[in-house]
Amino acid sequence: MNDVLDVALRLVVVFAVFMVLPLVVGQTEHKVMAHMQGRLGPMYAGGFHGWAQLVADGVKFAQKEDIVPADADRRIFQLAPAVALLPYLLVLVAIPIGPSESAVGQVIDAGIFFVLAVMGVGVLGSLMAGWASANKFSLLGGLRTAAQLLAYELPMLLTAASVAMAAGTVSLPGILNAFEWWWLPWQIVGAIVFFVAGLAELQRPPFDMPVADSEIIFGAYTEYTGLRFALFLLAEYAGIVVLCGLTTVLFLGGWHGPWGADGLGWVWTLLKTAILAFGVIWLRVTYPRLREDQLQKLAWTVLIPLALAQIALTGIVKVAIQ
Amino acid sequence: MSHLAAAAEQGFLSPTGVEIAFLLVGIATLGAAVVTVTTKQLVHAALWLVVALGGLAVEYLLLTAEFIAWVQVLIYVGSVVVLLLFGLMLTKAPIGRSPDADSGNRWAALTVAVAAAAALVWVVVDAFRTQWIDLDGPAQGSTRVTGEFLFQHWVLPFEALSVLLLAALVGAIVLSRKSDNDKEQR
Repeated sequence: MNDVLDVALRLVVVFAVFMVLPLVVGQTEHKVMAHMQGRLGPMYAGGFHGWAQLVADGVKFAQKEDIVPADADRRIFQLAPAVALLPYLLVLVAIPIGPSESAVGQVIDAGIFFVLAVMGVGVLGSLMAGWASANKFSLLGGLRTAAQLLAYELPMLLTAASVAMAAGTVSLPGILNAFEWWWLPWQIVGAIVFFVAGLAELQRPPFDMPVADSEIIFGAYTEYTGLRFALFLLAEYAGIVVLCGLTTVLFLGGWHGPWGADGLGWVWTLLKTAILAFGVIWLRVTYPRLREDQLQKLAWTVLIPLALAQIALTGIVKVAIQ
Repeated sequence: MSHLAAAAEQGFLSPTGVEIAFLLVGIATLGAAVVTVTTKQLVHAALWLVVALGGLAVEYLLLTAEFIAWVQVLIYVGSVVVLLLFGLMLTKAPIGRSPDADSGNRWAALTVAVAAAAALVWVVVDAFRTQWIDLDGPAQGSTRVTGEFLFQHWVLPFEALSVLLLAALVGAIVLSRKSDNDKEQR
């Protein structure tokens, strides 16, 4: 009975994190973008600095009519938001935030593979949405999503493999247990490649060609309204949380910090994740969108060679220190 | 001999929870695979393929081969199906039925499929008939075990495969490069 209770409790906590952190990132994005652009952002909803703006947005989305276009493939169209969102919930289960056994939803032996595999499934949601909408802009968005995923999946995998080589394990808590501070300069190229490729996989600016609103309206999500559209937005923010959390765990040492690693490890994880999420928002405000050919060129001629170089460096150092 | 003894204890298809789940997932996977090749909607076929490949990953998980299961999802669902969908969207992906998504070779295809399935089932059943996985002990398909097997017993096939893939990669690059003659003709 205790086991059942334990599992249930863990799932409830993971689900709560899944519901809360993306909203926090979303609200931060509202405010940070506003201040970077010399305006205030939402100020009225909820009173204090518009903290309830996203709650109000959620209520608005829930009230809107849920429309399925007449020519669309109904079932695929309705299924797509769930396929886009649920993988991120599954990934959160495997990310450790603290040193103890109780600070991770579920210890998974092949953690890196689980995380990257399930994140890859999420992109199927965008493809399904793009195809099933019966809209040429949606189809273009779906095409661009697929092309982007094919280009950026490889550098992400290669850099994750580099960390696994360094740690000698593919389990996420195992990698953190093996972490030393000098891994940071050792793996820094891999970290940057991983983070950039992850941004591209999430279709965040400057890699938002698949949803480029000035060209193809909103890409694969053009025909969506109401709650289903909100689910796609939630998937984007959940994706930011997952990507920043993963980068923290794989490259930045997770719960390791200069001090307080015993009881306050989870604070370090959350702090690093938050700083990375801030960086994601900052990039959105700072950089213009990359063109499709620039996107492909960046992946194939810069990121993949860098990732391969990182793997070679990891191998050399690993052999040298043994 | 110990295997035989274990088999006698277990009986054939003793109805433990894991075995029932394995059978049910297997039936669902088979159903999805059949729909994949019979549906007349091209994109639906690709999406049913996701279900079939995902079901296969669940079967691997139930056999404690966790690493293989996640690699299955990563490579097949995450990459191969995305490539398939990309190709379909680029060429021809109408919503609704494609009347020409049919082949006169269906009987030949069915014969080959049944023959291949029969051969595979026969080989697998013959090889593993009396072997049981101890679910209570340490995982027998963990990453460490899989890696040790792969790089101790199967290194030569592994290397041969990587050479094959390299050849395919070089071939793809050669085929996709425009030759100078094409440029002059334009």
